[in-house]
Amino acid sequence: MTKEGVMKTIDYSLYYGDFKALNGITVDIPINRITAIIGPSGCGKSSLIRSFNRMNDLISNSRTEGTILVDGEDIYSQDVVRLRKKVGMVFQRPNPFPKSIFANVAYGPRIHGIRDKSKLAVIVENSIRDAALWDEVKDDLGKSAFSLSGGQQQRLCIARALAVEPEVILMDEPASALDPVATLKIEELMEKLKIKYTIVIVTHNMQQAARVSDFTAFLLTDSERAGNLIEFGPTTEMFTNPVDTRTEDYISGRFG
Amino acid sequence: MWFSCGLTVLIMLFVIGYVIIRGFSQIDLDFFLTPPRGGLSGEGGISSTIIATVYLVITTLVFATPLGVSAGIFLVEYADNIKSRFVQKLVVFARFGVETLAGVPSIIFGLFGYALFVTSLHFGFSILSAALAGTCLVIPVIIRTTEEALKAVPNSYREASLAMGAGKWETIWKVVLPSAITGISTGIVLSAGRIVSETAIFYVTLGGSYRTPTSIMSSGRTMALHVYYLAMETRAFDKALATAAVLVLLIVLLNLVINAVSSWLSA
Repeated sequence: MTKEGVMKTIDYSLYYGDFKALNGITVDIPINRITAIIGPSGCGKSSLIRSFNRMNDLISNSRTEGTILVDGEDIYSQDVVRLRKKVGMVFQRPNPFPKSIFANVAYGPRIHGIRDKSKLAVIVENSIRDAALWDEVKDDLGKSAFSLSGGQQQRLCIARALAVEPEVILMDEPASALDPVATLKIEELMEKLKIKYTIVIVTHNMQQAARVSDFTAFLLTDSERAGNLIEFGPTTEMFTNPVDTRTEDYISGRFG
Repeated sequence: MWFSCGLTVLIMLFVIGYVIIRGFSQIDLDFFLTPPRGGLSGEGGISSTIIATVYLVITTLVFATPLGVSAGIFLVEYADNIKSRFVQKLVVFARFGVETLAGVPSIIFGLFGYALFVTSLHFGFSILSAALAGTCLVIPVIIRTTEEALKAVPNSYREASLAMGAGKWETIWKVVLPSAITGISTGIVLSAGRIVSETAIFYVTLGGSYRTPTSIMSSGRTMALHVYYLAMETRAFDKALATAAVLVLLIVLLNLVINAVSSWLSA
């Protein structure tokens, strides 16, 4: 049923110091699909999504067990720069740099060594087009990214992530700071992006997960407060006919 | 409280007003263009002292800026990630040192500079000795303003950059520093003001020659020092006030520069 995953975790656990945040997660992220990670606050959704591009490395006392494979290769045996080029990330709050719209999108290609101006211009235009922002900003590329609205800023951040040609895009609650109209735009955009990219999205919004995702992973904390994967499967099946009673409780609880 | 506030403003206005009004009666173009001459009579202008001041400020900042800014970057961006006990102890000590140094009277740096640079290292009374002593004086200011400026940069910028595969240093250089440049330059201009206005530290490191400095090994006399010399060792008290008036205006100007720089950079 699932295609061969571009990313998978095998019995993956994450610790912050002595605290176990994730416990033995094994999941296959299907390629060119949108996978939602859902679960109550503190269940380790963000910790899991930040594992895929090793952002947890930045937390000085974090430590991992088990394996995460990207393109069949252990993420800890590949160069972190290469990994993060392949696995891009969009954050909870729009976080454009205090630079021009152009410079924001050109940032990634530039750090990966593209200097040629005309090449950069092409990359920037294509990335902003792919992020469905081009028509709104094409005359203002020199303007500060802060002149954009919140929703536009978030699409700019998506364009910035696309500019380094990733295979996977991780989105950590990308619409939680946006209004409903801007949220809808991001969701429509994700639908288009999955043709080229594999998308993983963390969301606390059940309806959003149901609307946008093809697959859903449900995480819940155990008695030691470590996040466990309770259920993983196609979103429609999981929302209509969950296997685990805890999934059913969570989903129906939210739907009332 | 109203009274004390009013009194403070009044005293400040009186001091500045007195210096400027009495000083300006002595100032003409010649005052800026001729060097001081004569001994006790205190004749001449202040041209060479202006040059010495500018020379000293630039030399000091050339030493102090890279050192102070790098130290600030290290303390904010790197220090906490190094796990070695020894380095951690060193960092705690360095932070304590910066706090303490910021409160040390400038003459102490002067004595230190005299003992080390002037005497032991045989730099003599010179711009070099004075600039090195001045560096010790202003480095705490630059480190602290750099630290504050870097801490004010949202972590989400760093995350966004790192998540795209940028290295740590690339992130600092291309994202963090440009965002913090306002705060950092404020610290640098503040330091320039400190160098312009300090006297004691340069009395014992720069010497007091009012000849125009020709090299980094020349002795010299900054405007603030010139005020001191004129007031204490000549009969030309009015000239001292005139120099002081120029000095006050210069400090006001530096403060305006700080405001302009920060509003321009944060625009």
